[in-house]
Amino acid sequence: MANDPWDDPSAEPFIRIEGLSKWFGDVKAVNAVDLDIYKGELFAILGSSGCGKSTLLRMLAGFEVPTSGRMIIDGVEMTDVPPYERPVNMMFQSYAVFPHMTVEKNVAYGLKKEGLPKREVVTRVAEMLELVQLSELAKRKPDQLSGGQLQRVALARALVKRPKVLLLDEPLAALDKRLRERTQFELMNIQDKLGVTFVVVTHDQEEAMTLATRIAVMDEGEFVQIGTPAEVYEFPKSRFVADFFGTINMFAGTVTEVNGSHVLIESAEAGTVIRATLRSENVDHGIKVGNKVHAAVRPEKIVISKSPQNDEERTQLKGTVLDLAYYGNLSIYRIKIASAAIVQVSMQNTERRSERAVEWDDEVYLSWDPASSIVLTA
Amino acid sequence: MGRRGVSVLGSGEQHRTDGVKGKLWRRFVIGMPYLWLSLFFLLPFLIVFKISFSDPIVGQPPYTAFFDWAASGFDRLKATLDNFRFLFEDDLYYTSYLKSLRIAGTATVLCLLLGYPMAYGIARTRQPYRNVLLLLIVLPFWTSFLLRVYAWMTMLGTYGIINNVLVYLGLTDEPLKLLYTDFAVYIGIVYSYLPFMVLPLYVALERLDLDLHEAAADLGARPSRVFFDVTLPLSVPGIVGGCLLVFIPALGEFVIPSLLGGADSLMIGRVLFDEFFTNRDWPLASAVATVLLVLLVLPMMLFQRSQVRETKLS
Repeated sequence: MANDPWDDPSAEPFIRIEGLSKWFGDVKAVNAVDLDIYKGELFAILGSSGCGKSTLLRMLAGFEVPTSGRMIIDGVEMTDVPPYERPVNMMFQSYAVFPHMTVEKNVAYGLKKEGLPKREVVTRVAEMLELVQLSELAKRKPDQLSGGQLQRVALARALVKRPKVLLLDEPLAALDKRLRERTQFELMNIQDKLGVTFVVVTHDQEEAMTLATRIAVMDEGEFVQIGTPAEVYEFPKSRFVADFFGTINMFAGTVTEVNGSHVLIESAEAGTVIRATLRSENVDHGIKVGNKVHAAVRPEKIVISKSPQNDEERTQLKGTVLDLAYYGNLSIYRIKIASAAIVQVSMQNTERRSERAVEWDDEVYLSWDPASSIVLTA
Repeated sequence: MGRRGVSVLGSGEQHRTDGVKGKLWRRFVIGMPYLWLSLFFLLPFLIVFKISFSDPIVGQPPYTAFFDWAASGFDRLKATLDNFRFLFEDDLYYTSYLKSLRIAGTATVLCLLLGYPMAYGIARTRQPYRNVLLLLIVLPFWTSFLLRVYAWMTMLGTYGIINNVLVYLGLTDEPLKLLYTDFAVYIGIVYSYLPFMVLPLYVALERLDLDLHEAAADLGARPSRVFFDVTLPLSVPGIVGGCLLVFIPALGEFVIPSLLGGADSLMIGRVLFDEFFTNRDWPLASAVATVLLVLLVLPMMLFQRSQVRETKLS
């Protein structure tokens, strides 16, 4: 991972956003954000509705004029450039396919506006339709297409202009689950093939995780964390981010001991002392004895057993099975511990059997590795 | 249907009774407008059409019978094409039709030029201001049409407010002749029929997805190009609808040219009125009406075709 551009301080960002703000009256939709995106990235901006992610994307496209700050794309200042002159194209959430034009004409539209010779337009449109597998539907009108096909028209129409950056607004939101998964991989394939930098806006953390090279989590107009999918999932910096990606068990507590990267947290909620090992690069993490923190652990990091584990290093809890759900590949358990808190545990069903190892109302022991404990100060 | 066959019998029965009732109801609903049109449009028109083949007489009714039952064979049929022949022989009718077409056509274009920016502006205005603007568009309908035309008579008159202002500003030495001119007729028609242009245009423009405009801009179209490439073609149904709603009634307009027009502003509606009430020549008036209807049906058929095309599109 060392050769990733975002870890290389000498790498030149392809898109640079500096102190960009957009206020609508008193509402700070986007509040002084800084962001570097590198060439060829598939960058996701993730947040719930109203967090400012769409406004940020619309500023990149040129539809919104920033209140302050600037953006640079491939070394050229773009802040005041109108949308029709930006080397950026957008795939709209509604697809915005022109209803009065055939598939072919939709895709050709942008090239015609560039004033390209007719022959080149024809060949490039044909190539692009081939790429998104729409060649057979070239003469169709949009009302004769399915949602998935419309989405590909929108994608082809934006990509045929060979933009430096492709902006995608909730690209998969309007598709059904099966189509989403397929389209996700198609998008990644196309991005890989063309090497265009993608910036995707989404509210769906799963979509962001599977698609993106990096994710910026946005809340109330600001970035709360920027990192690779694994980073934001395994090393969230705040309760907000930890909660945003998947399920997590959280226990409020107080730091009682700090020894290098080893931290002990006494938690009444957990009814025990939680052991945590922080990442080595985070030794200077600023966590001190007496700090009020949250210790968090992902359901799949917890081991469930019927007898106590004899490992001093592991954090151990005792509880009774409240609920269990069998999903085939994995089972999810909800365990009620002494403090009445409920802990969620998920376990891969690695062995093939029909009877359950753990049943409702069973007394069980939960334990996890100190490296799996996440210490959240915010 | 195969799948319904294996479903519970009861629910299948239920569906069938619903189907029969639904069919009857549908026939009734579809039949109503046909019944209405037959009773109040087709039947009266057939009567008028029949009269147009008769000769005028002094009597009650003031035209000859279509059939002479006393005669035998084909002689019984007393139909004559004289009235239609007369329409083509006398210049009056030909020029009146032409003048009506010209005035209605020009007024329609003026309404479109005025109404399009209005409709566009309203469609782009935020609520609740948009509703206020729409209300203002339909507000004149709360006053009688005749009253509004009379109001224009006083405003356009020699000592009306317009002339007074012009004289006061020194733009003219003596009052202009505004009333009883084609100019006044245009003012009257454009003023009266503008809402009929604005409303269908508004509906078409309001429906337009703003994303489409942004998509065009994103793909490299300047604002003026966006208008001609996206806005205009997608508002064609509104344009056609508005133009027909203005053109059709304007063509047969009687009140406005009578009250605001001069002696030379003889439109076909006025001719029709004169033939019917002044000359009491019902057959000729009927012939005038029949030809007028043909002139009106043509653009309506064009409209119908554009509607069919639109439904095919969406």
